[in-house]
Amino acid sequence: MIDWLLEPYQYEFMRRALLVLLVTSVVMGVVGGFVVHKGLAFSGDALAHATLAGVAVAFVAGASVGLGALVAAVLTALGIGWTRDRARVSADTAIGIVFVAMFSLGIVILSRRASYTPDLMSFVFGNILGVSAGDVVGSAVLAVALLLFVGAFYRELLLVAYDPAMAATTGVPAKLFQYATLVMVAVAVVVALKAIGIVLVNAMLLIPVSTAALFLRRLPSIMVAGALIAFGCAATGLHLSYYAGVATSPAIVLVACAVFLAVLAVTSRRGVRLVAAAEAEAS
Amino acid sequence: MVLEGRHVPARAPLAEHHHANAALEVRHLTAGYPGMRPAIDDVSIRVPTGEIVGLIGPNGAGKSTLFKAILGLIHPARGEVLAFGRPVREARADIAYMPQVEEVDWEFPVSVLDVVMMGRYHGPRPFLGWSRADRAAGLAALARVGLSPYVARQVGQLSGGQRRRVLMARAIARGARLLLLDEPFAGLDAAVQHDLLAILDDLASEGRSILIATHDLSCVANSCDEAICLNRRVVASGQPGEVLTEAILTATFERHLLAIPQAIDVVRIADDEHLETHERQVTR
Repeated sequence: MIDWLLEPYQYEFMRRALLVLLVTSVVMGVVGGFVVHKGLAFSGDALAHATLAGVAVAFVAGASVGLGALVAAVLTALGIGWTRDRARVSADTAIGIVFVAMFSLGIVILSRRASYTPDLMSFVFGNILGVSAGDVVGSAVLAVALLLFVGAFYRELLLVAYDPAMAATTGVPAKLFQYATLVMVAVAVVVALKAIGIVLVNAMLLIPVSTAALFLRRLPSIMVAGALIAFGCAATGLHLSYYAGVATSPAIVLVACAVFLAVLAVTSRRGVRLVAAAEAEAS
Repeated sequence: MVLEGRHVPARAPLAEHHHANAALEVRHLTAGYPGMRPAIDDVSIRVPTGEIVGLIGPNGAGKSTLFKAILGLIHPARGEVLAFGRPVREARADIAYMPQVEEVDWEFPVSVLDVVMMGRYHGPRPFLGWSRADRAAGLAALARVGLSPYVARQVGQLSGGQRRRVLMARAIARGARLLLLDEPFAGLDAAVQHDLLAILDDLASEGRSILIATHDLSCVANSCDEAICLNRRVVASGQPGEVLTEAILTATFERHLLAIPQAIDVVRIADDEHLETHERQVTR
């Protein structure tokens, strides 16, 4: 049993994979807390897809692909915020337009090249086993910066997420922190990009935190539990994919889905009793 | 239990250092949304220190727009707003705002205390969070509205009346001298309304000034020192007895009202969840 658990980690690439998943999980828990409860699920998906444009430009220009993804994601986050504030269309329409434009731009640039190379596909579907030491460091630096920001301005972020109008009346620069929240999502997407991939990043922002929210009632505890659940699912998925020989990031997402359903099954039965008790007490 | 109308407490004398200025002075304010006729037009109102002022008007009369313009959430086309003689953005610590209950996300994973603490925000304190004094003020505000047993509860698990109390506690926790309350009583039964009004009376007797937007005429008749009738413009303002006449109310609500409340006897209803609106009995 111990051998079965430890065997994969005799390889350097597996240890790196686990490390980058740890960093990713922490970020997914914290940022996912805002994404899930602020209703930013579509923004997360949009930012992930939009990074393809940055990846493509960097790829063609021979620049750092991670940096390209970061620039594209941040620009898209600001674009979504800007459009949302100005357009007479609904927010999800604005997001839909911006992200399709960026994704298409990425495809167009790449279609000029002879073939989609494997390295590029690693951004689309994730290539955890191809994570370099540099990728780990890059993700860790972004993650630390993000956590410091959340730690420094948690009250502002919470006020703006919960009640933006009231926040503005107390003097919180509400607009600024609404943009900051989107930029945080953008950074989270980039942290997870190499490990999880564009297509599935959003799942890791949403599922672990949603699972935690099934049984917890305060944002900080949901974030911590979300991070733990994310890492548990990630490690399990990595392990299963090692032995089953399947792609890692879909394996992780499937494990996360299974955990969500299991917790839902338990809490929905217990939840009926909790709600009934609360109502009895309130009346 | 039958209540004998409103108990009027002796109001504290005006605090000396701001007796010259009204708590809130709105002058010739015109505001609204781009491309539409202004939601409020040339509105001038005044909230004297230590008084409760009721702002009455039908849906769409511009009550919420007026609040948003006062608070600086939308930019007025014309006019100015002064709180304690200063522009609102310089007086933020002195102003507390209670939004309509529908504007708050009750499913958000925050506890009752979390929400009340938000009223204590007075600028960034990186990495420090709320101070001990902030916490004490939050807990005191919750005690004042009778929610001490519920501090740790997620806000979505509260009843309608309790939710109103949380938002009121948040406004109280701010320690502000001016409170703007947007529809604090809508959908509440008369007994809960009475309890909340008693808290507002207490606040006013401490010298705090309160502006309540409502379409509940009985609340204004019984509990406000002044009434302002708004329908895009100020239709009338003055003491409730002078303003709440059939002619003025018909002009304000643009239809004939069957009942004008005078002294209304209220029977306590035990069920806090009872959502039969008092307003409906009064205005239809």
